[in-house]
Amino acid sequence: MATFFGEVVVAPSRAGLDEEEEAREETPEDREIRRELEKKRCRRRGEIDVLWTWRSGGRAEEPLVCSRFIVAIGRNAAAFLSSFILDSVCWEVVGVVKLWNEWCRTSSTTNVLPTDSFCLFYRLISDPTVLLCQCSCYVAEDQQFQWLEKVFGSMQKEGLQVTILSTCPVADYKTQESTLTLASPFLKALKTKEFQEQVCCPLLEQPNIVRDLPAA
Amino acid sequence: MFVPCDRGGLSAASDFEGFTLLMPAVSVGNVGQLAIDLVISTLDMTKVGYFYTDCLVPMVGNNPYATAEENSTELSINAEVYSLPAKKLVVLQIRSPFIKNKYRPFCETLLSWVKSSKCARVVLLSSSHAYQRDDEQLLGTPLRYLLTPDLEKAVGGLMQELNWKEMEKVAAYPGINDTDKVLHIPGGGITKLLFTESCSKGIQMAVLLKFCSEGDNIPDAFLLVNYLNEWLQLIKSEVSTSNNSTDPSSQWKIPSSWRLLFGNGLPPALF
Repeated sequence: MATFFGEVVVAPSRAGLDEEEEAREETPEDREIRRELEKKRCRRRGEIDVLWTWRSGGRAEEPLVCSRFIVAIGRNAAAFLSSFILDSVCWEVVGVVKLWNEWCRTSSTTNVLPTDSFCLFYRLISDPTVLLCQCSCYVAEDQQFQWLEKVFGSMQKEGLQVTILSTCPVADYKTQESTLTLASPFLKALKTKEFQEQVCCPLLEQPNIVRDLPAA
Repeated sequence: MFVPCDRGGLSAASDFEGFTLLMPAVSVGNVGQLAIDLVISTLDMTKVGYFYTDCLVPMVGNNPYATAEENSTELSINAEVYSLPAKKLVVLQIRSPFIKNKYRPFCETLLSWVKSSKCARVVLLSSSHAYQRDDEQLLGTPLRYLLTPDLEKAVGGLMQELNWKEMEKVAAYPGINDTDKVLHIPGGGITKLLFTESCSKGIQMAVLLKFCSEGDNIPDAFLLVNYLNEWLQLIKSEVSTSNNSTDPSSQWKIPSSWRLLFGNGLPPALF
């Protein structure tokens, strides 16, 4: 779809539904093949595993007591944490998420390279209620809810403060001026009304939105 | 599925017994959703809760109906419920597409919620691909309606008075056999599924839809919301003194989030 000026904007099917009625035209063999492909995809891609390393058996039985949880989503945010926050003296790895989708696969190893896709959890040794998550892998839209439930399901949520770090391309930022003249990078924030502390940057203006795992 | 907002003493905020539930289908041109935005924005409806669901792509932003600095910082997500008890109206707005293979579970959960919250009826705003119209549909009004049998008994007569056109059924096997007719709403998203499920579950549902194409769908949204208004009378259509016609388009308030729908400003270096 072209905008008034002519720049091309991606407009995926807004009906939001694969026209599955069209599948009635398939032969039974086609339908069987499609179903098998779907099953294989679901089998490989379906389950997300959150493995907590300090527990025997790798799975947390009791909820983790957590006061602050910082989540860095995407390679840039993960790199920020690696460069400025994480070190092997103050932080220890306590968990890993194992998942597979068409874009990336993470493993259960905690010894990762910066170029790998991974999702690791760290705990501050001096204050074990401070947790950090580096998620450089892409979590597909049909896995985001499961990720959320499994990660937050392991935590005691009373008094928990969550900070989510993420990046978006400047070209996606909607503003009256052209994004070419904007000084970038720049920070914007969204906060719940329960967050009473001072925010370090302006709030994200309408009509900009955040999607995918940071939104979830 | 439905999570009420914590509004202090307003426990009645999530009591929808006897209310009309107005909601969009995510469909071609997003016309239903745009029309719902106009309703929520114009009637200044209060948010009373949201749907906690894994069926829709997650998204979050600041209040899309903000009118001033003070009310612009409330977070807004992909499926939220607004209410206006004075008009016995509850509105669901859906702001993102369905995740693959999740639209059926969503429809089932939604219809159970409709039954459990005892809504009197559901009005679904939707749209359908204009290019799929047949020769007859190309002429006349692009607006259509559908009523489930239970609602037909209640308001069928009113539709006749309003001179509304019912959505035509099409041949199930065109060219081969023209006697078997089925409902076909291409580009309508979950419209057909919700409608057929409501028919079988005895839920009173009306579908109001417009034939349209992708593009600037704001005029389509206005046409659809005015169509809805002919029936539900949500706002008064004042007679315009300049051309003596009843065109309530100017009385619908466009929300602030409709800014910049077609891209940012131009780089000055271009000229």
